[in-house]
Amino acid sequence: MSDLIQPKDEEALAAAVAEANAAQTPVEVCGAGTKRHIGRPLQTATRLTTEKLKGVTLYEPSEMVLSARAGTPVTYIEKTLAKHNQQLAFEPVDLGPMLGEKAGLGTIGGVFAANLSGSRRIQVGAARDHLLGVRAVSGRGEIFKSGGRVMKNVTGVDLSRGIAGSWGTLAVMSEVTMKVLPKAQAIRTLLFIGLTDQVAVDAMCAALGTPFEVSGTVHLHGDFASRLVDSEHLRRPSPVTALRLENFDTSLAYRTGQLAESLTAFGTTIELDDGASHDFWEGMRTLAFLQDSQDPVWRISTAPTQGARLVAALSKRLDCRAAYDWSGGLIWLQCAPSSDAGATEVRRVVAEMGGHATLIRADAALRSSIDVFQPLNPGVAALTAKLKTSFDPAGILNPGRMYRGV
Amino acid sequence: MSSLAVLEPDKDVLNRRDVLIRGLRELVPDGCVVSDEDGRRAFETDALTAYKQMPLAAVLPTSTEQVSRVLGFCKANAIKVIARGAGTSLCGGALPSEDSIVLGVSKMNAVLDIDYENRTARVQTGITNIDISNAVSPDKFFYAPDPSSQLACTLAGNLGMNSGGAHCLKYGVTTNNVLGLKIVLMDGEIVEIGGDELDASGYDMLGLIIGSEGQFGVVTEATVRILRSAEGARPMLMGFGSVEAAGECVSAIIASGIIPVAIEFMDKPAIQVCEDFAKAGYPRDAEALLIIEVEGSEDEIEERLGQIQQIAEPFAPTTIKVSQSAAESAAIWLGRKSAFGAVGRIADYYCMDGTIPLGKLTEALIEIGAICNRYKLRVANIFHAGDGNLHPLILYDANNADEMERAEKCGAEVLELCVRLGGCLTGEHGVGVEKRELMLSQFTRTDLEYQMRIKTMFDPDWLLNPAKVFPLDVRTS
Repeated sequence: MSDLIQPKDEEALAAAVAEANAAQTPVEVCGAGTKRHIGRPLQTATRLTTEKLKGVTLYEPSEMVLSARAGTPVTYIEKTLAKHNQQLAFEPVDLGPMLGEKAGLGTIGGVFAANLSGSRRIQVGAARDHLLGVRAVSGRGEIFKSGGRVMKNVTGVDLSRGIAGSWGTLAVMSEVTMKVLPKAQAIRTLLFIGLTDQVAVDAMCAALGTPFEVSGTVHLHGDFASRLVDSEHLRRPSPVTALRLENFDTSLAYRTGQLAESLTAFGTTIELDDGASHDFWEGMRTLAFLQDSQDPVWRISTAPTQGARLVAALSKRLDCRAAYDWSGGLIWLQCAPSSDAGATEVRRVVAEMGGHATLIRADAALRSSIDVFQPLNPGVAALTAKLKTSFDPAGILNPGRMYRGV
Repeated sequence: MSSLAVLEPDKDVLNRRDVLIRGLRELVPDGCVVSDEDGRRAFETDALTAYKQMPLAAVLPTSTEQVSRVLGFCKANAIKVIARGAGTSLCGGALPSEDSIVLGVSKMNAVLDIDYENRTARVQTGITNIDISNAVSPDKFFYAPDPSSQLACTLAGNLGMNSGGAHCLKYGVTTNNVLGLKIVLMDGEIVEIGGDELDASGYDMLGLIIGSEGQFGVVTEATVRILRSAEGARPMLMGFGSVEAAGECVSAIIASGIIPVAIEFMDKPAIQVCEDFAKAGYPRDAEALLIIEVEGSEDEIEERLGQIQQIAEPFAPTTIKVSQSAAESAAIWLGRKSAFGAVGRIADYYCMDGTIPLGKLTEALIEIGAICNRYKLRVANIFHAGDGNLHPLILYDANNADEMERAEKCGAEVLELCVRLGGCLTGEHGVGVEKRELMLSQFTRTDLEYQMRIKTMFDPDWLLNPAKVFPLDVRTS
C-alpha cells in the first residue's frame, strides 16, 4: 500500500479499507488532517484521507437538511448554507488555529468524527444531535448506512451517533446528513467585566434559567479576554463574562433589557452590537485566545456549577488559565509546560469533582506517555473494546488513538 | 393482526416454569413477582393489542440491585426478558413471548434530584414522562420530549424508543435530552454512562442505548435535561383549500427563519373526526389544517403570529384563527391531542408512524389515499409537519378478520412508500414486532448486520427483547 491513500469515491474508499483489513495494515484515518495531532500518536505508515470525497449531495433549505461527502470543507458548507440564511447551529469549534494550522481547513467528516460543538451547544445541542444520517466504511471494508435525511427517525440502532465522536477509530465516514437551522436576524452580547470565576458561573447559570433563550455563556480569564474584547471595553486585562442573545431585532431589544434586568445582582453590563458580537463569538469559535502558544491545553467537561471549583482546585498546584464555555460546563485550560502537562493533577481533581478531561494540545512524546482521553470506568471500558471490535475487528482504523488497544 | 411469525419457545424454560418462578421470588420483595393467570394477563400485550402472548411471569423490582439480580438469574437460566415501562408501545415493543418474563420498571418512579442551576433532573426510569415536567413546572421548567401518551408512558419506554412528540421541531427528541444513565446489562453488571456534564466521554454509548428498544439492557436511572419554559405560548390554526397549499405554507414559514415550537397538519378526514369530538372550531370545509404554535412574550407572540399570517397569504388560507385566550389555545390543542381517541370512537385504527421529507407531502398523501382505496379502507392523516413525521390512521373493524389483514398489508405498503420517498419506517414509535419484517425495505443486510453486532455486544445470548426490530430470517442467517 502507498503511504497516502486519497479515495475519490465511496467504492474506492471501501476497497482501500478492505485491502488494509486483508493485509492487517493499520491506517491513519483523517479528513484534512487539522486534528492529526490530537490523541495518542499513531504508529502507522499509511494515511487514508477523505479529502477527495467532496461536495454537497443534498440541500433542502425548507426541510432544514443538508448532506455532504465527508471531505467537504466546513467553510464550503457554511457558505452554501449562508446563501439561504442558514447555518450549522451547533457552531463547530475550529481546532486548527490553536494547533498551528490555518483556520477553516477542517472537513465536515472531521467535525462529526470529533463531535465538535461550540458555544451554542447549550441551546441547540451538540454536533451529534444534528447528525441525521451517515454512510461509512467499517474496518472490514464494508459500506453501511444508518439514519437518513429526515428529522425524526428511530428505525433500528442509532449507529450514526455511535460513530460521532469516535475519532475515526470505528469507521470511515463517506457521507454525512445533518440538520441545519436558520441564522438569527441579529445578535447581542451582554458583558460583565471583572467577575470572579464562581460569580461568573452563577451568573451564567442564572441566565440559562431565564426564558430569554441565551445561546452562549462564556467566561474568560483576563489574558484570554483581551484577545476577544476590544480595548474600548477592556482597558486593562480583566475577566470577561459574555452572554449571547440571538433573535429577531424587535425581540432582541426586549430580551436584552429583560436579561440585564434579571441579572442586576451580578453588576452592570456592557452591550455589544451585532458586529462586535459577531467578532467576539467568532473568536470563541476559533479559540483565538489559545493561539500563538504551544503550551498544553486541556478540554475539561463537567457539570457547569463544578467548573469554577474545579479550576480553583487545579490552580492551587498548576500555573494555568481558563476559558469557560457552556456556563462553566466546558473548560479550556492552558497550563504552563511541565513534565506531564499537568496530567496527574488534572486527573486527580476531575476524578474528585466529576467530569472528564482530554489533552488537546501537547507534543507527541507527552501524548504517547500519558492518557490523552479520560480513562474509562471498567464497565464502559469493556463496552468500548467490544464496540471497536464490532466495527473494526482487525484494529486497523486509527489504532490506539483514543485508548491503548482500541 | 397475527400474521407475524414468533420464535420457537424454549421448551426447557417452559418446563421449568415453577422452579424458575420460585427462584425469581427470592430475588425481589414479596408481591413483586406476578405469576397467576389474571395478574399476568395485564402484561400479555401493549398498545398494539392485536398481538398477545402470556409471559412466564412479570417481575416488578423496586431497585437497580434487584434488576441486576433478576437479569443475572435470567441469563444463567436462559430466560428471555422483555423490559416494560407502562406498556404504551404502539409497535409491540413490550410484547412478551411464552418463554419470557416481563421486567417492569413501574415501581421505580422516584425523582432523585432536581438541579436547576445545571438544568438537570435525575430520575428513576419508571417515572411517567409528564411527572418529570410536573416535578419542575412549579419553578417554570419542563422536560422537553412530549409524546402524546405522556400521561401514561414512562421515561424507560421513551429511552427504549427514543420518543419524540409534537414539540421536538424546536427541542429535539429523547436522545437530545439525556445526559447520563444507569443501565443493567444482561449479566447483571450495572454500568453508569455519562453524568451531568453536557457531553459524555469516549464513544457515544448513550446514543447507541437510547432507541435500542430494550435490547441492550435495562435502564433504571437517567439524568435528563430540563429547560426553562418560555414566557408564553400560543397557537393559531389555518385552513387551506388543498394539501399542497398547506405543505408549501410550512416550507415558506421555515424558509423565513421562523422555527415555531410546533407545526401540526391534519387532512380533511382527520379534521372532521377531531371537530366532531372536540368542537375546537376546526374548519370543516378545509382540505388541510395547520396548527402552528410560537413562544415568547405576549408582544413577541403577537408579532410572530402576524409574520406567519403574512407568509401564509400567498397560499390563500380559507380560515385563520389566532387563539386569543388560554381557553381558545386549549381548545385548539384538544382537537389535535385527542385525535387518536376521536378516531378510535368511530372505528378501530392502525396508527402508522413513517417519516417523509416535507417536500413530498402532497405526493405521499395522494399515494396513501390510493393505497387505502385499493384495500377498501379509510384513512385520516395527522402529520408533525415541521419534522416530517406522518401518522396515517388506517380505519378498520377489528371484528372482521379480513379487514384486519387488509389493514396490516395496507399499513406495510404505506410505510414502504415513506421509505421510497426518502423517509423512514418509524419516526418515533419504534420498530418493535410490528415493523420488524419491513426493515429490509430501508436497510441492506449489511446495514442490519452492523446493528445486530451491537445487539450481540450488549447481549451475546439474545435474551433481551429478542424477537423485535430485526427480521427473523436476517437474524438467523
